[in-house]
Amino acid sequence: MTASGNIAERAAALVEEFSMFEDWMDRYQYLIDLGKELPEIDDEFRTDDYRIRGCQSQVWLQPIPERDVIHFKADSDAQITKGLIAVLLRVVNGQSAKDVASANLSFLDELELKEHLSPTRKNGLDSMLKQIRMYAAAITAKSIPTS
Amino acid sequence: MKGAELTISNEMLERIRSDFPILDKTINGHQLAYLDNAATAQKPRFVVDRIDKYYTEENANVHRGVHSLSQTATEAYEGARSRIASFLGASNPREIVFTRGTTEAINLVASSMGVSGIEKGDEIVVSEMEHHSNIVPWQLLCERTGATLRVVPVSDSGELEYDEYQARLNERTKLVALVHVSNSLGTINPVRHIISDAHSMGIPVLLDGAQAAPHMKVDVSNLDVDYYCVSSHKMFGPTGFGVLYGKEAILEALPPYQGGGDMIEEVDFAGTTFNELPHKFEAGTPHIEGAVGFAAAIDYLEGIGFDWISEQESDLLTYATGRLRDIEGLRIVGEARQKASVISFLLGNSHPYDVGTVLDKLGIAVRTGHHCTQPLMKRYDIPGTVRASLAFYNTRDEIDRLVDGLKKAAVLFS
Repeated sequence: MTASGNIAERAAALVEEFSMFEDWMDRYQYLIDLGKELPEIDDEFRTDDYRIRGCQSQVWLQPIPERDVIHFKADSDAQITKGLIAVLLRVVNGQSAKDVASANLSFLDELELKEHLSPTRKNGLDSMLKQIRMYAAAITAKSIPTS
Repeated sequence: MKGAELTISNEMLERIRSDFPILDKTINGHQLAYLDNAATAQKPRFVVDRIDKYYTEENANVHRGVHSLSQTATEAYEGARSRIASFLGASNPREIVFTRGTTEAINLVASSMGVSGIEKGDEIVVSEMEHHSNIVPWQLLCERTGATLRVVPVSDSGELEYDEYQARLNERTKLVALVHVSNSLGTINPVRHIISDAHSMGIPVLLDGAQAAPHMKVDVSNLDVDYYCVSSHKMFGPTGFGVLYGKEAILEALPPYQGGGDMIEEVDFAGTTFNELPHKFEAGTPHIEGAVGFAAAIDYLEGIGFDWISEQESDLLTYATGRLRDIEGLRIVGEARQKASVISFLLGNSHPYDVGTVLDKLGIAVRTGHHCTQPLMKRYDIPGTVRASLAFYNTRDEIDRLVDGLKKAAVLFS
């Protein structure tokens, strides 16, 4: 699924989708289903070099080089984590590096999934978010012309 | 008659549960079902009150002051040592060294053994089911000294391969360091045989008793074990406190651990002499509240009695094992003949993290992951497990909730 809109618009769309579910189990089911729709990462990226070090579930992050634009594929061995990855990537993929580096991702609060982003959850997701922001910041820095 | 006994037992259970205020807590809209006791146990009001009393009425530094309050604190602290010594069956309080927990107790022995007594070519025997805290200190010791770590394998059912244990004992073996009860599998190891086989070759034995002492009466003299390590927080006492038991003659010969105040007899730049046992291993102002709180936890445990505790836990283990086995696709990891009330399992192909997350939503606290036993997880070729570890205050109703929660998770992750 290719999303349109800027970060805020896509986040709002997700919040609306999740608000349809009153029951947490239905919300989780939807999250898991979103994870299942993620495109597979390429095998050569399923290595320790691209693994985000979380304590319990593993996350692999494959950057796809595109000038000034953020694009990742990612995977996890845990289904909830994979669903959260899908949510994050739907918001950031295709956005400008500059926007992602400074993005407000507080919409995760409204999905009632924010608990999973705590570093103490040890699911690797918090580290993934940091990695995405660092990557975005690095691209942004490179694209600023130096005198 | 049976019915009458059960009623009495239920009344007892209700009374015991009311001793633990945290068990009434609501988590994610549900009453807490705390099934993570192997990680840390909850604290009865009795222990909390004792610590409160220490700080409100008895607090002063120990061993040094001439003033009355310091005497009171010292009596509370050393009284706790005597209480712990008699509880563990030590011959005298000098054999009880206070530490931060089992991890530090093992590190103390490994560190001090490294000063003298271990050389290149020597061997230390551990097993595949050890907690990292009974692997890494020995690996560090081996790196420092050139000694070798010998590892006893574990069977598919989660028992020590006993022949392989015996085969690893030889004239180069300087220590056997094994877990008494496995934190991941629940396996109760045959420690009497382990100790007598090692002793027949003159090899001392250290047991990691962190998961054993909360469930059963441990008597170190009766076991004839050389070192025994426990953690207060797994025994319903405060965190950050534990005990290294060591036979007096062995501790006398062992060099000091950390240097500092309290562990010395006389300090001079020409050379320092050390305090007597057990103080030579206890540098600095100790965890006084920890000692006092742990002694209270022991009083509490003995008040309930290990007969009742083991009967209750054995009932819960049997009930939980039966109910979990009935869940389609659920695989129990660790089915030793002798088990403590710890059940590790995998639900179909679901990741333990996913399962644990769903259970948390239902107010059920379990541990997920490798449980600090990565070599064991590699042995079974699994990323980790979901672990339900039961204490005497748990109920059949909580196990029913666990089973219902797992059925919900199975639907979500199918």
